[in-house]
Amino acid sequence: MAIELKKVTKVVGIDTHIHETSIKLEEGHFNILLGTTLSGKTTLLRLMAGLEQPTSGEIWFKGENVTGIPVQKRKVAMVYQQFINYPNFTVYDNIASPLKVVRRSRREIDKRVHQVAELLQITPMLKRMPNELSGGQQQRTALARALIKGSDLVLLDEPLANLDYKLREEFREELPKLFQDSGATIVYATTEPAEALLLSGYTATLHEGSVTQYGPTSSVYRTPKDLLSARVFSDPPINTAAISKRGDSFHYNETVSWKARGRYATLPDGPYTIGFRPHYITLKPNNTASISVKGEVVVTEISGSESVIHMRVGKDTWVSLSHGIHPLKRGDTVELFLQADHCFYFDENEQLI
Amino acid sequence: MIDKTTNQRAWFLVLPVVVLVAFNALIPLMTVVNYSVQETFGNNVFFFEGVRWFEQILHSERFHASLLRQLTFTGIILLIEVPLGVAIALTMPKKGPWVSVCLVLMALPLLIPWNVVGAMWNIFALPDIGLLGQMINGMGFDYNFTQQPLAAWFTTILMDVWHWTSLVVLLAYAGLSSIPDAYYQAARIDGASAWSVFRYIQLPKMKRVLTIAILLRFMDSFMIYTEPFVLTGGGPGNTTTFLSIDLVKIALGQFDLGPAAAMSLIYFLIILVLSWIFYTLMMRNEEQ
Amino acid sequence: MAKITLDQVRHSYLDHPASPDDWALKQLDMVWDDGGAYALLGPSGCGKTTLLNVISGLLRPSEGRVLFNDRDVTDIPSDRRDIAQVFQFPVVYDTMSVFDNLAFPLRNRGVPEEQVKSRVHEIAGMLDLEAVLGNRASGLTADGKQKISLGRGLVRADVNVIMFDEPLTVIDPHLKWQLRSKLKELHQEVGVTMIYVTHDQTEALTFADRVVVMHDGTVVQIGTPVELFDKPRHTFVGHFIGSPGMNLLPCEVIEGAPSFLGHRVETAEAVAVPTGARQLEIGVRPEFIHFAAKGLPVDIVRVDDVGRYRIVRVNHKSHTIKLVVPENVPIPDGKGHLVFDRARTHVYADGWIIT
Repeated sequence: MAIELKKVTKVVGIDTHIHETSIKLEEGHFNILLGTTLSGKTTLLRLMAGLEQPTSGEIWFKGENVTGIPVQKRKVAMVYQQFINYPNFTVYDNIASPLKVVRRSRREIDKRVHQVAELLQITPMLKRMPNELSGGQQQRTALARALIKGSDLVLLDEPLANLDYKLREEFREELPKLFQDSGATIVYATTEPAEALLLSGYTATLHEGSVTQYGPTSSVYRTPKDLLSARVFSDPPINTAAISKRGDSFHYNETVSWKARGRYATLPDGPYTIGFRPHYITLKPNNTASISVKGEVVVTEISGSESVIHMRVGKDTWVSLSHGIHPLKRGDTVELFLQADHCFYFDENEQLI
Repeated sequence: MIDKTTNQRAWFLVLPVVVLVAFNALIPLMTVVNYSVQETFGNNVFFFEGVRWFEQILHSERFHASLLRQLTFTGIILLIEVPLGVAIALTMPKKGPWVSVCLVLMALPLLIPWNVVGAMWNIFALPDIGLLGQMINGMGFDYNFTQQPLAAWFTTILMDVWHWTSLVVLLAYAGLSSIPDAYYQAARIDGASAWSVFRYIQLPKMKRVLTIAILLRFMDSFMIYTEPFVLTGGGPGNTTTFLSIDLVKIALGQFDLGPAAAMSLIYFLIILVLSWIFYTLMMRNEEQ
Repeated sequence: MAKITLDQVRHSYLDHPASPDDWALKQLDMVWDDGGAYALLGPSGCGKTTLLNVISGLLRPSEGRVLFNDRDVTDIPSDRRDIAQVFQFPVVYDTMSVFDNLAFPLRNRGVPEEQVKSRVHEIAGMLDLEAVLGNRASGLTADGKQKISLGRGLVRADVNVIMFDEPLTVIDPHLKWQLRSKLKELHQEVGVTMIYVTHDQTEALTFADRVVVMHDGTVVQIGTPVELFDKPRHTFVGHFIGSPGMNLLPCEVIEGAPSFLGHRVETAEAVAVPTGARQLEIGVRPEFIHFAAKGLPVDIVRVDDVGRYRIVRVNHKSHTIKLVVPENVPIPDGKGHLVFDRARTHVYADGWIIT
């Protein structure tokens, strides 16, 4: 087992940063901490690194209790959102620094630096100073430093947040490959659901200092445990609606109803909440069970091949993501089709049924 | 319960400082407290006097007079140095080769030892041979700081302003250079006048450093000794005898150790209380 | 409100620019229509912020003229151009209340207090800031502060243009959606020209009616989001817009049809190769490639499930091709055949489109 938190809490003054959390991260994989700003991602990373000590609970690393052991004595590497390098060292010396600290031979250092630099495509920059590099190259240098250390645990705190959109795309593709052979456990904090999906691996969704769900990324995405996890893992934001079940059908706003099928047929009557992602409510009916809903357009955003329609339905505001270009105007009435079999049904406690 | 394996040995590293502070501050302070409640005629013979010295000092007109002089002096120099310092900082260049030149020029007065400053100004302001003294007299004013109280005050304040405004300038400048360009650009677009930019952007962003500047200047000026002592020796008469000069006169001049000790403590408490009031007032503003 | 014209504008931050690389903005001639929603899209260092500052008047271009409604404003400072700008990091006047922040540009211009009041309430209503009007601006969250910055622009009835310099940088993803659609909504409501600078294609495409793509100090293409997507004029646009970007495959043209390693590819029109062209490439977006029974034979290398769709990487000989497959469409096992959407397959000569 790589890293495990056992009933860990972190309280600073009167603020609880982390509520009691127990989580076992998958060894040798990408583990993504997904949540908004201030959801506790950075605190968890700092606890895992040993930069902070938990208020209560234990942290186990490779079957050993490491609670209270300071960061210097753990084999961890960390990469931050800001590009942190030694400004008065060359790129070469920056990358070599973790090995110099542990006094490796010059020849070994030289060999390893070139290996890692090659992997990160910064060999031509080895003699330059960090401030002569572009943002992407600076972050490559920081990653190289993390990689060369040969740590068992690599912590990445929103490493792509300060990079251009296109550069992020490149990095997302490269990152999993970079760490593939190292066998290290990677913990990667991000605010972006799309990033979690692209990096794959395992994902923990965080909300206000609690881990709401943890599991393989695609299964967390496809079967969120509760409404909170579904909200955290949806971009564009997930649509919700309060519905009620009477007899064998579900009713929404007294105007829309559909038959309860499969395992939902046996649910007791009463109020429920449904959640559905924007691409499951579209302008064209899908061949599977589609529910027709009418709404009023608030604003339409058109990207190159898709239309994002923000609309008002009753007192709810929903977002629809449809294929194709549909320049609808504000105030237009629009008929949309909701794919009932892609809805999440939540009970009164917002737990998935 | 969890095992706290946190390493506590780091405290040993702090030990030397603790010892040093004890020798430096605590032990002398305790000695002063000890003296302040006793009477001595030398030969290490002491009589317990209780709070008599404190009562005596607090009721003495001499103390009142030097305290008033001290407060007046501190008030005047704060009123001059803070606005002047901010004004100079505002006119300093923000970029380019002149920045370092300006900063070095500004820092120069701060590098001169205090007694040298006093001696310099003493000679500089002498009415017969000093450049400043001659100039003022040349302009038709009757100026002699060794004879006239007003001239002595004028010279002392001028000297302090010359010596210490730089500190305010440097701190204010640091505060100003931390303001992102976007703020100035936004203000220009919003049509803000230069005064509005100062009032709503620069001043609020400088608040923190100005707090520190005022506090430092307040404490330092309240404890001023060397410069006026070298310049005027507290005279003419007692007109520039500030608290610290008065204290030394009592302690060393008259060798009244008891009253001098009591006065030191009162002096110390005044600075402590005033600084604390200043600080909390300014910090409370900050939080709002 | 105004039409903005850039007339032979060039800018260099150096006093004596010598080589073409010394110009942060190379020759620019363009017109921004009154009331348009524009995005200025490009990577870091492409000159987009420079261009923005030239329009707002924070920077005087080294050469050329800037016209607002045919009035030359090149030498007029930004405070007299009647423009508004929202910066990357929220700029609020910390010591003022939200109300005073919004009222600030009006009061500076001597607008009567009565009018200030009604205008501020109107704008606060649009931005959902009414509840916090009395609060200190410094206590708001990042998106609240950004709304104030925006509100200070909107509050003035006479603004010619509102400019946004990567305004969502410090905003969380789920709030980005809200704020961005709010911007779009406001644009439709007030109809003032807006220019939105960003490196994020999603933001640019969803916000703007027309997107201006910049690269290395020049404008590579101006077009609607659909035009940029369906027919990128330059391979840079193809690569920069779209995620993943356009596939580029080397080709030769035989009898007016492009051929990729001996495999003939259909295009809408016959290809005429300009003389002197050195490098020919086929450009086709991952969205416009499909698996079919017959076509270009490929090996499937990797499938990434990103929720709504899957990104599939396939190899044909040593070339990697990416394609996007929707959630409910099956992907063949191991090997397959590709077909390119004929109307959206283009040929590029030295980077520029020829068909």
